[in-house]
Amino acid sequence: MAADSTLLLSLVEEYVSGLQDSKAKDTATGIKDGQFTILQLVEALGLSLTSSQPHTRARGVQLLSEVLQECHEGLTEGEVEVLIAFFENRLKDHYVITPPVLQGLRALTKCTVLPPGSAVSMLRSLFQDVHVQSLMLTERSCVYKMLINLMESREAELKGLGADFVFGFLQSMDGERDPRNLLLAFQIANNIIHRGYDLGKFAEELFEVTSCYFPIDFTPPPNDPHGISKEELVQMLRNVLTGTPKFAEFLLPLIIEKLDSDVLSAKLDSLQTLTACVSQYEHKDLAEFLEGLWASLRREVFQTSSEKIESAGLDALTAITSCLSRSVLNSDSEDSLCTFLDLVLRDCKHHLSEPDLKLVWPSAKLLQAACSASNRASHIITAAVMPSLLEQYDNRTQCSHRRTILEVVQRFVQSVKTSQSAEKEESVFVAFRPSLCTMVFSALNENNSSLQKTATSVLTSLAQQPGLLLDSDIELAVDHLTKLLLAEEDEGVSLAVVECAGALAELYPEAFITKLIPRLKMEMFSDPIDQDNNRAVSEHQSHHAVCKRCLSALAAVSTQARIVHESTPVLLEVLSSAHTGSVGFSVDQVVLACRSLQRIAEKVQDTEETGRCFHDLVIPRLLSLSLQAALQGEESSGHRSPLLEESVLSAMVPVISTSCSRLQPALAEQTALKAVSLFLNGDVSSLPNNSFPSHIQLLKQGDSWSQSQLVCLLMGCVCSLPRSVEVPQVEQLLSELEEMSCTCTHPLSYTSAAKCFAGLINKRPQGEDLDRLIQRTMKRVYTELDSASSSACTQAFTLLVWVAKALLLRYHPLSTTLTDKLFSLLDNADLGPMAAESFSLLMSDTTDLLNRGCHADVRIMYRQRFFSENSAKLVQGFNAAPQEKKTNYLKALSNIVNNLPKQVQISELPRLLSLLLEALSCPDQAVQLSTLSCLEPVLADPLPALIQQLEALINRLIALNSSPAMSVRIASLRCIHAVSHFPEHEILPFRARVLRALARPLDDKKRLVRTEAVRARGEWFLLGSPGGR
Amino acid sequence: MSGGTHLENANPVIFQRTGERLQTATEEDEDFHDPIDDREIFDMIRSINDPEHPLSLEELNVVEQIRVKVNDAESIVGIEFTPTIPHCSMATLIGLSIKVKLLRSLPNRFKIDVHITPGTHASEDAVNKQLADKERVAAALENSSLLEVVNQCLSTKSS
Repeated sequence: MAADSTLLLSLVEEYVSGLQDSKAKDTATGIKDGQFTILQLVEALGLSLTSSQPHTRARGVQLLSEVLQECHEGLTEGEVEVLIAFFENRLKDHYVITPPVLQGLRALTKCTVLPPGSAVSMLRSLFQDVHVQSLMLTERSCVYKMLINLMESREAELKGLGADFVFGFLQSMDGERDPRNLLLAFQIANNIIHRGYDLGKFAEELFEVTSCYFPIDFTPPPNDPHGISKEELVQMLRNVLTGTPKFAEFLLPLIIEKLDSDVLSAKLDSLQTLTACVSQYEHKDLAEFLEGLWASLRREVFQTSSEKIESAGLDALTAITSCLSRSVLNSDSEDSLCTFLDLVLRDCKHHLSEPDLKLVWPSAKLLQAACSASNRASHIITAAVMPSLLEQYDNRTQCSHRRTILEVVQRFVQSVKTSQSAEKEESVFVAFRPSLCTMVFSALNENNSSLQKTATSVLTSLAQQPGLLLDSDIELAVDHLTKLLLAEEDEGVSLAVVECAGALAELYPEAFITKLIPRLKMEMFSDPIDQDNNRAVSEHQSHHAVCKRCLSALAAVSTQARIVHESTPVLLEVLSSAHTGSVGFSVDQVVLACRSLQRIAEKVQDTEETGRCFHDLVIPRLLSLSLQAALQGEESSGHRSPLLEESVLSAMVPVISTSCSRLQPALAEQTALKAVSLFLNGDVSSLPNNSFPSHIQLLKQGDSWSQSQLVCLLMGCVCSLPRSVEVPQVEQLLSELEEMSCTCTHPLSYTSAAKCFAGLINKRPQGEDLDRLIQRTMKRVYTELDSASSSACTQAFTLLVWVAKALLLRYHPLSTTLTDKLFSLLDNADLGPMAAESFSLLMSDTTDLLNRGCHADVRIMYRQRFFSENSAKLVQGFNAAPQEKKTNYLKALSNIVNNLPKQVQISELPRLLSLLLEALSCPDQAVQLSTLSCLEPVLADPLPALIQQLEALINRLIALNSSPAMSVRIASLRCIHAVSHFPEHEILPFRARVLRALARPLDDKKRLVRTEAVRARGEWFLLGSPGGR
Repeated sequence: MSGGTHLENANPVIFQRTGERLQTATEEDEDFHDPIDDREIFDMIRSINDPEHPLSLEELNVVEQIRVKVNDAESIVGIEFTPTIPHCSMATLIGLSIKVKLLRSLPNRFKIDVHITPGTHASEDAVNKQLADKERVAAALENSSLLEVVNQCLSTKSS
């Protein structure tokens, strides 16, 4: 014990006189461990606390405070009471003692055993004896933290202080300048307002003290360690100012005043604060300021040059209108909503009748903002503006005027839609329904494409108004749309019509089933070739265009199961009549029909009904038709079926893979079973129209390409199954696919077989079986590749690349050996260029298989991983390679880097920059182009590494301006354009040189090059020039 | 822009913008020589910002494609522009902006002539004379406050 007390005395001595700050920690540890008590510490401090030197006393108190900060939890209520009394008393002492006293008090406010009444007494002496704003930064923050702590734990006691507490706080924060402390002070003010402290007569003072910071203008210093952002301060202050309606009478005039400011951010902040505050207010808080607010809002929207201000202004108007709509009316008071909307209408409505002047749009937007606020507001506004708009549409003759009016109407319809989602009331537009329909239909019949396009979007908006259009209106609309689909030549219009039909079909399927689909079918199957021959050519062309539109319309309207049932048979019929040749559909049309089927499979909801439709109807039919075509292929009859074409088969694959991947896994399993037994065993029993020979062997057709290429359909099916679905007879399937991909000579066939093999490998469970399989296959591939005379070299290489991709995606350990093989092939004389290209396949997403949509095993960030594991090898290989092979390495590198996500490109760029710059001076145009396209996005935000190499970069880019390839010239000019946004001081030295160099491409013989040169040169001229940048 | 200032013409007539130029097959052909044509010159100047409104010269119909004449072989460009109102005080500034834009965007073999559409401005001759005088144009661009306004008209909108 005696040893302890001497130890304690020496600790105190060393801290107080020896000024060793670390001793405070040792003392605190001692107390925590129970070596000595607080009482003993106070006793040991005795001499220092009573010293006649203020600095010694301060040092003593500081030791006590620091210890308390560490061990305030172990104190008893009695000890706390004594300590508080001591500290309160010390507040009256010399000013140098105040800082440690405040720290001690702050530590005590965190005690859980604070005796009742001590919070109040602490605050009273604090407010009485300390002038907060003459303290230093940290002490002020200490006071705020004390207040925050006490507000958390002793709310009831503080509220007992009444308005005195608010007054004390106001005095403490009045004049605060440091943003860190302001955040704390705003937090306290926020607590005062939101937790129901009594403001007494100090509401205005509290507002004054806080609102003097509004609007906040603060730019954090560079590399600010405190991480305080302007947004944070703005948000905190906004919460305070908008917290209570008691501030309304002060805040609203302030906002009106600040909206006059020239500073953009001040305007924006004012508008956002206005939007936030009115959500708390009632109409009587707003009443006297409405006129002023409206005048400011109108001015901002009418005259602004910034979209942000405009949309903030519109939001504010919506907020004010909905606040006014919320309020309950007394019988004697006037209806402030009506008064306000009268103001808005008075200033805006007349602009709507001048559709070619600038203010028509700002006015329409203001009215629509008010309209969207509430049901009542939309009734008042639409009643006032719709009749005149409709009348104008009839009276105006110019198409551009009519279109503006239509667009305005559409925005009104849409603005009402947002406000009415929940209520089941009658639509605001019921009264205008007949005239609106007449207007839309007459616009659809107009001979002006932009008018027609606008009309379709108005029609869509009207249809989306619940319960507005009658069935007869819809039927009429469908008639109009059908007519346009069949007759309209303009691409933009038909696109809009198709889109509109899709939107309407979702809401009113019946009209489309009974009217549109039969009509389209009839139109497509009417054969134009029967007509006499001299008209045939142009007729044929227009019929082709009609078919194209019909096909895409069929896909667009098929969003619901009921419609799908009607539309897919039509599309299948197109395929089968193309196959038999009964109606002359071209290859393009057949491809489009497949695309439409694919779009339907992608969009339609996954229900039992649609699943059956695709698995029982569509897929068997596709398989059977293409098999018929393949078998017929050999017979040399006059008609060659379009279903033999590669483009048609490639279009069928996604139909099958999309349905197998996303529609009804149980049904997909059956489909897979049927497909595999068809391809492996020649089992044709599952196909419709069964008149096939029974001995077909689709996977063993070395010589008949028409049958072997069907393997791509098998790929579409088995490679897109969910992983839960077992592929039947998979071992045998894999070995036959391997055989086929190594021996077949038809490119589509062996590539599809390799892809199918890879797709299956990707989903096989990890284990020895898989490893053995891969090793066996690779042995075969390597043998083929190594034997110089091998004829199957390309086939083996294709298989290698696809298997490498399948394994790379799932992080399989064997993938490294395969990709290493690819790297080594870069030196190969024959396969080098192909190997360089293959990295693009390895790193990019494939659409038909091995992606997440097809349920493949794709690990996240496999690209980054591959890159970080292999970039060193690539650089090494590049340095070691002979000059003529270097191109392959650069091409491989740019293929890899191009596919990396931008963040990775940016982080990896410094290491690769010299290599990429090397690639820019490589004579191969493909390398130049892909390097430029990989540099361009990176140049958007300048990295330090790039800035160091600026000289080399700019020189090489300028050199490429005179490349013989136009695409290289364009890409290099784009890069030069991007460089103009680098920090001004870095690029200014190059300005004159770049401007001189860019004068030449201004006179390039290609217009596309000149356009880029003009853009880039314009930006470089603005650089470092007044008013520029 | 700010609350107090008054615009000379607060509610001007707005015209539609032309779409992007459609690319033709010959433009993508490496060997074909595309001549500089009216539309190409018009594309250079149509997006110049108006000094007063957040609108382009095209939207205010100050410049039109039919008032742009170019002869690539003889290296001559002639442009007429139409102020929105006959007393527009910005006419010289707009003319200067067009001229500067073309000086920066065309090969220097071209002779550039920018003037007001006849009969559309009160002090047409004076403005035309100023714009035609090389010395005065050069002197104007030495004036940094004038250059600032011109550059603002020529800067592409970031939003």
